[in-house]
Amino acid sequence: MSQIDAKPRVALFVTCLVDLFRPSVGFAAIKLMEDAGCIVEVPEAQVCCGQPAYNSGDRKDTAAIAKQVIEAFEDYDYVVAPSGSCGGMIKDHYPALFAADSEWQRRAEDLSGRMHELTSFLVDVLKVQGVQTAPQDVKITYHDSCSGLRELGVKGQPRALLDSIGGLEIVEMQTPETCCGFGGTFCVKYGEVSTDIVSRKTADITATGADLLLAGDMGCLLNMAGKLKREGSAVQVRHVAEVLAGMTDLPAIGEEQK
Amino acid sequence: MTSRDRIFATLRAGLKHTVDDPARPAAVAERINRRTPNLVPQRAQIPHAEQVALFTAKVEALTVTVDSVPAEQDVPGKVADYLARHNLPSQLRVAPDPLLQNLPWSERPMLQVDYGPGRSQDLVSVTPAFAGIAETGTLMLHSSATTPTTLHFVPDHHIVVMKESQITGSLEDAFARLRDKLGTADKSAAENWPRTVNFVTGPSRTADIEGVPVLGAHGPRRLHIVLIADGTP
Amino acid sequence: MSMQITAQNFEANAKKALKDPNLRKAMQIIGGPMASRRVETARELPEFEALRDEGVKIKTHVLKHIDLYLEKFEQQLTARGGKLHWCRTSREARETILALCRSRNAKLVTKGKSMVTEEIGLNAFLEEHGITPVETDLGEYIIQLAQEPPSHIIGPALHKTREQVAELFEEHHPDYELPNVPGVKAGPRSTEPQVLVTEARSVLRDTYFKADVGITGANFLIAETGATVIVTNEGNGDLTQSLPKMHIAVSSIEKVIPNLEDLSTILRILARSATGQEMSCYTTLSCGPKRPEDKDGPEEFHVVLVDNGRSEMLGTELEPLLRCIRCGACMNNCPVYHSVGGHAYGWVYPGPIGAALDPHMIGLETARHLPNASTFCGKCEEVCPMRIPLPDIMRWWREQAHEKQITPPLQRWGIEAWAFAAKNPWLYRLGARVAIGLLNLLGKDKGKFTSLPLVGGWTDGRDFPAPQSGSTFMSQYKKKGQKSGVTK
Repeated sequence: MSQIDAKPRVALFVTCLVDLFRPSVGFAAIKLMEDAGCIVEVPEAQVCCGQPAYNSGDRKDTAAIAKQVIEAFEDYDYVVAPSGSCGGMIKDHYPALFAADSEWQRRAEDLSGRMHELTSFLVDVLKVQGVQTAPQDVKITYHDSCSGLRELGVKGQPRALLDSIGGLEIVEMQTPETCCGFGGTFCVKYGEVSTDIVSRKTADITATGADLLLAGDMGCLLNMAGKLKREGSAVQVRHVAEVLAGMTDLPAIGEEQK
Repeated sequence: MTSRDRIFATLRAGLKHTVDDPARPAAVAERINRRTPNLVPQRAQIPHAEQVALFTAKVEALTVTVDSVPAEQDVPGKVADYLARHNLPSQLRVAPDPLLQNLPWSERPMLQVDYGPGRSQDLVSVTPAFAGIAETGTLMLHSSATTPTTLHFVPDHHIVVMKESQITGSLEDAFARLRDKLGTADKSAAENWPRTVNFVTGPSRTADIEGVPVLGAHGPRRLHIVLIADGTP
Repeated sequence: MSMQITAQNFEANAKKALKDPNLRKAMQIIGGPMASRRVETARELPEFEALRDEGVKIKTHVLKHIDLYLEKFEQQLTARGGKLHWCRTSREARETILALCRSRNAKLVTKGKSMVTEEIGLNAFLEEHGITPVETDLGEYIIQLAQEPPSHIIGPALHKTREQVAELFEEHHPDYELPNVPGVKAGPRSTEPQVLVTEARSVLRDTYFKADVGITGANFLIAETGATVIVTNEGNGDLTQSLPKMHIAVSSIEKVIPNLEDLSTILRILARSATGQEMSCYTTLSCGPKRPEDKDGPEEFHVVLVDNGRSEMLGTELEPLLRCIRCGACMNNCPVYHSVGGHAYGWVYPGPIGAALDPHMIGLETARHLPNASTFCGKCEEVCPMRIPLPDIMRWWREQAHEKQITPPLQRWGIEAWAFAAKNPWLYRLGARVAIGLLNLLGKDKGKFTSLPLVGGWTDGRDFPAPQSGSTFMSQYKKKGQKSGVTK
C-alpha cells in the first residue's frame, strides 16, 4: 500500500517491556509511523505476545494468549512492534502453535503476514528513505538483537534510517550480531552465565568509543544498560526509535530522572 | 530377535506410513548408481591449464612445496635437491609403482632407493598420486599392490610424483576418474574398490594446544610435489 | 576415563567454569579465531549457502530411506571382506569391541578420535578388562593423561593451556626431554606448542607400531562402496587404522550417505564449518581389510554400528538431529558455551547440539538444564551446516519438561500465574500498573536498582534499570487521548 493511496491503518503492538519500562518508545514509534503517513492505533485489548510462556514450555497457555493477540489485531492493515523479539514471536512462531487447528492457523498466518518490526516496516514496507530529525552530533553503536536479526532479517534497516540523521556517526562493534545474554527468563534463571555473556558485550561496546548504544529490543537494552551502569560506563543506552523520532529529551535507560 | 532386527524394526516404525512405499527401493538404487554430481563450485569448473594453476596455488598456500619438471627423467634430480635443501639423508622409501621404478634413479648414485611400505625408520617416502584436485589443493591416493598407503603417513617427509594431466577440477571429477579406472568388464568400480582411498590436503597439522596451528602432528611434517608437465590429458 | 554424567549439576558446573581462568582463556580462542575462520572460508566459497541446502537435502533423503541405505552399506562392506556388528546399546557395543580385541589377544589398542566411543564409555571398559587404549589424537591424548572428558567435540583439550600440557607431559613421560625443533628456543620446560606437539609425536610413534588393534570412528558410511570415512588433520587416524592387524571403526547408524558425490558435497561444508579449513588434511575412505596383493593395511576390518537410541528419534521432533555431522560450529558460536565451556554440560555432547541431543540420550530429568540454558539467540541454527533447528528442539524439550512436571514447581507455578494474568487483559493491565508504580517509586531517583528481590540472578552482576515513569504506556496513551484514539 503506497502513501498516495488511502493511509494504511496500523496497529501498534506496544510490547510489555515498552509498556512497563519505556513508554517513550511507544510514542516514538507512533510518531515515526504517522510521519510516514500511517494512521496508528493502539488496541487496548492487547496483552503480552506470550513469549515467556512459549519459551518456558507452556504451549497451552501460549496458544490461549496468542488467540487473544490474533483477535485484538484482526482488523488492521499492518501490525507493528518496536521489537524484533515480540515481532518474531508473532510472525514466526504463532502459525506453528495451531498446527492442529486449521481455522486458528489461518488466522495466525494472516496476522503473521501483516506483522512487522518497526524499522523493517518503515524501510521495507513504507519505503521510508530517511527520517526528518534534527542533526545530532553523536557517535552511536548498534546491537543487532537476535530475534530481529535472525527471524526477521533486521540488519540494514535501522542503520539506513540512522544514516539519514545529520551529524550522527555509526561505529560498529566487532561482533554486533552476538547475543547480549538477555534471553528472557534466562537472564534470571542462569544469572551468572547471563552476566558473563553481557560483560563480553559491554567490552565490545566500550571498545568502539561510542557515546550511545542503540538497539531495537527493550530486553537487550535493559540488560546491556544494566551492565554498563554497573561498570560505571558513560555510554548511554536508548531504543533506536527514540533517536529516529528525535525524542531524546527523557533520560536514557538506567539514567537518573531529572 | 537380533540387535540388527530390533534396530531395523525401530527404524521402520519411525518411518511410519512411508515404509511400505514401493518407490523407496528404486529411489535408493537410482541414487546409489546416479554418478551425477550435486552442486559443484564454479571455481572447479575451469579449463585444465587453470586447474593446474589453481592446484599449485592451493597446495602452496598449505605450505606444500612444488617443483615443476618438463619430463620424468628430471624427477630424481629434483628429489635429490629436496633432500639437500632439508639436510636429509639420501635414503628414500619408494612406492613399488611402475612410474617411480622406471625413473632414472641411477643417474643420482648418492640416492639409496628401496621399495616397499612405510616403516618407522623411514624419513622420506616417494609415492605417486592418483589425482590432484584443484578446488582445494587436495591429493587423491589409494592403496594397491604398488601403492602401500603407510608411505603416505609414516615418514616425516612425503614426496609425491605426479603429472599435470592427473590434475582435475573437483572432488567429483577425481571420483569419476577413479570409477573409470576401477571398473572392469565383469566388475563394477565398487566391487573393485581399494582398501583405502586417501585425500591429503597439505601436511599433517594440529591446533589442539590453545588453537595454535602446528605442522607435523603425527603424519608427514612436510609434503612436496614434483609435478611433471605432460600437458592436458 | 569414561564419561561420568554431571549434566544434572549444570548450574554448579557453570559457576565453577566461570571462575576458571584457564577456561576463560581457552574460550576466547573458540569464540574468536575459530568462529571467525569459519566465516572467512565460507565467504570465499560463493556456493557455501547453496551447498548447505544440498547437504540438508542429502541427509533428509537418507533419513527417509535409512533402512535401505544401511542394508546396502552392509551388503557392500561384507562383499569387500569387512564385518558389520549391529549394536543397540552402549553395553552391547563395548562388549562387541572387547570380544574383537580378545580375538586378537590384544593388550594395546590405539585409538583415533571418536565421539561414539566416548558415548559408549569404551576406554574405561577396555582398561577394566586389561586392555590399554591409547588415544592418539593430540587433544584426546592430553585429556587422557589428565583423566578428563573432552570439552569440545573437535578440540577436546581446548580447555587446557600450554603450561598445563607441559606439566602433564612432565608427569607422564619418563624421558620427557626437549626434542630438537629447529627455530624454537628450548627452555627448561618449553611450553611452545611446536615443542609439545613434537614430544607427543615421538612418544606415540612406537605405540602405533606396537598396537594390536586400531580403533577409529567414522564420519560417514558410504552405501555405494561400503566404505567408512574418517576426517582428521593430524594423520593419527590413518596410522591407527593402517598399522595394526585389526581395524575397528566405531560409528552410528545415522552416518550413512548414499554415494561419493554426496560425500563430496558434505565434505565441502564439514571442514569449513568445523575449523574453517577448505578441507581437513586427511579424508580417508576405508573399505574392508587389506587385499591379497596389498603390502600394508589391517588383516581384519570391522565396523561396529551403534544405535544407542538414535533409531527412536526417526519420525519424531528429534529427527533433524540425525542430520548432525559433528562439526562443532554450534558450540564455536554459542554465547553460553563461550561462558561455561564444554564440561559444564556434563556429558559427551556439549553446546547447543548437546542441549538438544543429551536429554534423549541420558534422560530429560538428568539433562533438564541443558535445553533451558540457552538464550535462544539462534546463532547455532544460523551456523549449523545442516540447518538443524536447534532452538526449536530445545524449546520442545522445555515443553516436555513442563508437561511431565520436570520443571521445578516454583518456576512452573510462576509461569502459570503470569499466564493466567496474561489471558485476562484487564488483570494484566492492573498488575502492570501496580508493579510499575511500585518499581518507579523505589527506583526513580537513581534511575536503576543495584539489587532487587526475586531477580538476584540479574542484579548480582548488573544494575536493573528503573522504569521511565510511574505509569505504563497504555495509561499514558489513554490520558493523552491521542487523535487517532484508543480503539476497542
